[in-house]
Amino acid sequence: MKPASFDFLCPDTLEEALAALAEGGGEARVIAGGQSLVPMLNMRLARPGLLVDIMRLEALRRIETSGEEITVGAGVRQAELEAWTNLSRDLPLLAAAFPWLGHVQTRARGTVCGSVAHADPSAELPLSLVTLGGAVSLRSRKQKRKVKADDFFIGMMATDLAEGEMIEAVHFPKARPGSGYAFREIGRRHGDFAIVACAAVADDKGLRLGIAGVDDRPRVFALPALNDDQFDDALNDIAWSLNARDDIHASARYRRELVRNLGRETLKEASRCRA
Amino acid sequence: MKSLETAGGLIGRTVERVEDAGLLTGRGRYIDDLPVRRDTAHLAILRSPHGHAEIRAINTSAASALPGVSAVLTGDDVGRLTRSMTVGVKANVECWPIARDRVRYVGEPVALVVAENRYVAEDALDLIEVEYETLAAIVDPEKALATDAPVLHPSLGTNLINERSFRYGDPEAAFATADHRIAIRIAYPRNSCTPIETYGVIAEYDPGEDAYDVTANFQGPFSIHAVISRALNVPGNRMRLRTPPDSGGSFGIKQGVFPYVILAAVAARVAGRPVKWIEDRLEHLTASVSATNRVTTLEAAVAADGRITALCWDQLEDCGAHLRAPEPATLYRMHGNMTGAYAIENVAIRNRVVLTNKTPTGLNRGFGGPQVYFALERLVHKIADELGLDRLQVIRRNLVPADAFPYRTATGGLLDSGDYQTAIDRACAEGGLDALRLRRDQARAEGRLYGIGYATVVEPSVSNMGYITTVLTPEERAKAGPKNGAQSVATVAIDPLGSITVKVASVPQGQGHRTVLAQVVAERLGLPLEAVRVNTELDTARDAWSIASGNYASRFAAAVAGAAALAADRIRERLAAIAASQLNVTADRIDFKAGKLFDRDNPDNAISFGRVAAASHWAPGTLPDGTGQTIRETVFWTPEQLEAPTATDGINSSLCHGFIFDICGAEIDRTTGQVRIDRYVTMHDCGRILHPGMVDGQVRGGFAQAIGAALYEEYAYGGDGSFLTGTLADYLIPTVMETPEPLILHHETPSPFTPLGAKGVGEGNCMSTPVCIANAVADALGVEDIRLPLSPSQVSEWLYGEERPPSKPQDSTPVATGASGERLLTGSGSADVVATRESVWTMLLDPNTLKAIIPGAHEVRKVSDTHFRAEVTLGIGPVKGRYHADIRLSDMVAPQAVTLSGGTEGALGSGRGTGRVTLTETATGTRIDYRYEAAIGGKVASVGGRLLDGAARVVIGQFFQALARHAGGGGPPSAAAGFTQRLLSLFRRRR
Repeated sequence: MKPASFDFLCPDTLEEALAALAEGGGEARVIAGGQSLVPMLNMRLARPGLLVDIMRLEALRRIETSGEEITVGAGVRQAELEAWTNLSRDLPLLAAAFPWLGHVQTRARGTVCGSVAHADPSAELPLSLVTLGGAVSLRSRKQKRKVKADDFFIGMMATDLAEGEMIEAVHFPKARPGSGYAFREIGRRHGDFAIVACAAVADDKGLRLGIAGVDDRPRVFALPALNDDQFDDALNDIAWSLNARDDIHASARYRRELVRNLGRETLKEASRCRA
Repeated sequence: MKSLETAGGLIGRTVERVEDAGLLTGRGRYIDDLPVRRDTAHLAILRSPHGHAEIRAINTSAASALPGVSAVLTGDDVGRLTRSMTVGVKANVECWPIARDRVRYVGEPVALVVAENRYVAEDALDLIEVEYETLAAIVDPEKALATDAPVLHPSLGTNLINERSFRYGDPEAAFATADHRIAIRIAYPRNSCTPIETYGVIAEYDPGEDAYDVTANFQGPFSIHAVISRALNVPGNRMRLRTPPDSGGSFGIKQGVFPYVILAAVAARVAGRPVKWIEDRLEHLTASVSATNRVTTLEAAVAADGRITALCWDQLEDCGAHLRAPEPATLYRMHGNMTGAYAIENVAIRNRVVLTNKTPTGLNRGFGGPQVYFALERLVHKIADELGLDRLQVIRRNLVPADAFPYRTATGGLLDSGDYQTAIDRACAEGGLDALRLRRDQARAEGRLYGIGYATVVEPSVSNMGYITTVLTPEERAKAGPKNGAQSVATVAIDPLGSITVKVASVPQGQGHRTVLAQVVAERLGLPLEAVRVNTELDTARDAWSIASGNYASRFAAAVAGAAALAADRIRERLAAIAASQLNVTADRIDFKAGKLFDRDNPDNAISFGRVAAASHWAPGTLPDGTGQTIRETVFWTPEQLEAPTATDGINSSLCHGFIFDICGAEIDRTTGQVRIDRYVTMHDCGRILHPGMVDGQVRGGFAQAIGAALYEEYAYGGDGSFLTGTLADYLIPTVMETPEPLILHHETPSPFTPLGAKGVGEGNCMSTPVCIANAVADALGVEDIRLPLSPSQVSEWLYGEERPPSKPQDSTPVATGASGERLLTGSGSADVVATRESVWTMLLDPNTLKAIIPGAHEVRKVSDTHFRAEVTLGIGPVKGRYHADIRLSDMVAPQAVTLSGGTEGALGSGRGTGRVTLTETATGTRIDYRYEAAIGGKVASVGGRLLDGAARVVIGQFFQALARHAGGGGPPSAAAGFTQRLLSLFRRRR
């Protein structure tokens, strides 16, 4: 379990990193915390020709608040955001999600944007980003663009990221007063990949439920009010619409039941938090 | 055997472990830390991606040519220099440590590379080309018996490698006259204990002496040394085997390193330099060893009051692809105690051993116990339920009476000591059973799902080296000569300054043997603990050892510590004689305490231990006449009770039999199906306790691994033999978060058969806890057919009623199980393109178009009009691999429909699939509909199972996206950014 050989670049400037990514094309990959990429390298599932380490780029290591948005740079480790002073005030959904996110050890190394770039369909951070209606800033040597999170995640470990492009930051909308947030998850063990994870938002626009672990990417749905006759029907149809599959950890049926049960509980909790 | 008197009071105390200071400060010396010769090369192993396939050809030329590579070996190369490993039953079958002409399990070694480092060695593995012809695989032991099942070993002609039937007492009469016959069927899954440290071997060959020198983290039994020497074609004295000072755990598993000892030794011989191999985690999970999976039908003849008068066992044991030594020992280790803790006089047993396309099995904590007790204790539970009796009452009614010890079981076991009734009474009282029952009643009154389970287990320890010969018929045994006993050995030595060294062949794997031996010997000689130093490294060229040496069958406390006590006593006797002559008293008046030898009746008449102890070195002439030296004493001890199997197949398979009674209270979450262990009580009788802290540590460790077996762990295989749990994200070991705190109780009845009265204790909870939890879950849910592991998804199937349908019809479920039992990915999709049906059709048949639309195709060659070969690089996210693809077109109805079928083969795995494409004219062009089925195996299936379905869909989707793009459906290609996404939106499924 040793990686195939690759070149390793640890640039001091973003320009240098972007130039290397542009030249490397499909052979170049960004490495940040390495919590997903390094096991893949060691198993030779991934064989990039060039790794560009972005952790020395100070400009990417910031958490910034501007207006209604929290911007988390590509070099911010999960543990740093978890420990951010304003987390429970400004990003209560993330505060609720962090305990589910891997382990202390993986959070100490893994980055927020790395998890978004990896686009694991069970991952908590992509789910939170999509549920909150966040966005992803992408950067290449030639251009900068900002993509809505829901458009960024395309499928199983597949994103809108193009060759030569890297995530510069992700943007989480700041919590608004009078909104409620909740996060719940069922996994086999503490810290495991979610069988089903639910993120819920209750605000003046209504109820939104994000679901990870079932479809190939995190999905978010608007729901009628909890006391509405249509609520259970809507949740049931959502459960059926997610293309749930059997695997060695859980049946498709089990996943659908969790979407119904856990989804309802998470929405209830978010509504209670709002009150 | 008389129980020896204790003096210094060290035995039975939780003294600080002498091992801990080094281990806790990072100074452990594990195999990967040991110094090696500086010309040492590194070994990597190419492994089979297929569960069952013929090897047509292996091309190693590119690998051999890679700079840094010293040697590349195939099965034939190994075969030329070795012999087949010994198989423990009479059968026309060979057993090689590397595949010869056929692979029989995923992970089976296929080729070896020796290179200057592991990186280069793995680079070279990628360059070896193996041409496989896949065969139908068989993973289900019952299906492996079918007359039309694929046969793994053609020379054997069947997958049933051994069958024996046994009869003790008069089971037929007991069943004929029984009030009730109650049966249960159990399919016990395949799991393993998982050490942190994986296998490691450092091997060297000396051509001048034709001798091998190997250091391996092997744990015993050293009967395997004979298997290794024979396979390497050298006498035992030319196969030096050494073990490292420290171990990162074993739990039985490290016994399975021995095929790699053979491979590394041969590789060192061919490479002409020392070779080192450290197994990685993927190799370990895929191809080390595991416990057996077993299908058992157990029937009991039962009287109206719940007394069991006979048992009829039918056990079908799945040992994987090869019957490796010491298998089928898992099936026979329990033979003497197949009646558990119960006095049942009539027993019938049918034992069958079957081979399947799974990793060969081997030693594992609990070894045979979990499988047997799961059936027995589920049955006892069921008997009570069917007869409307209290479960605890049925257990009590059948126990071996307290005054019956030593008790000879129907199958020949000799239960040494115990008082099962009292142990159970104490467990119920001190474990709070009444309160637990109230808790259950209260929970149920609130509509919650709560159950209580029990398990009653006899834990065997110190295996009879002859038990495995029970697999032979009495005639075969007579011909082969009797095998029996269990030699254990200990050496106590005194150096010229009078300090003590103890040497044993117990090969500890982290338990703390050195501490306990220091306790035992120091106490015997009246010395402080620090005066005794213990060495447990083993070197077969220098140390005293025998086939029974090693760390297995919970033999340490009973046998090894006992042998050390005997060796210390012999030295003590001589020291007493020397002291007596110097103190002018008789030897029987000499006592040992606080570093002094003194006259018991006049303690002031004393002499220092060091002075007496040193006499043999400095002044041997001063020793009294007839008193031997006190420099070194080695004792071999084998218990007389371990006799060879009798002519009627009676076997005392183990020397000691501890007792366990467990109580589990468990609650099941109605919504999620999660099982929560609310309370767990475990009562142990392991004879005399030498070190209470270590005993509790053993109980806790076994309990944690049993939680894994009960709730989390399974080595899962697809129907095609693909291995599905190759990472610790899929093979789920409980962490401290998942492991509740058990209440541990003890009831000591010393063994009359061991020098210290101790029995083994390390494996019991692996036997008792899985079935105790299962019984609690059965009680909570009222379900009989409990299958492990009890995953929430599995449990929820018993909880959930009919599923609520969707408000509108859905596509068929995307994953189905094919007729062959393969795990199939299926899917479908469609797209509209602005091209005519004919032009789309032409594209599908054109190699240039195929090159453009097959994802990652480098080259497409047309073999015939309907047959193409391609080189492709497939990738999802960062995961990328290069594959050979073979594509055939069939069932062509131009220009409407075509079936594409094919396979891919590459370093990351293999895939086979078929897809039906239909083209329909539309107002704006053509609609392409596709439906596919694919099966994927190899490394990606082992490590990426969770992501595989989605990943395969992406790749297959890419093909059709490219087809659509090529046909003009996607509009003009633009910046890559939003393009894929637009294509995907084009391919959203139709509802």
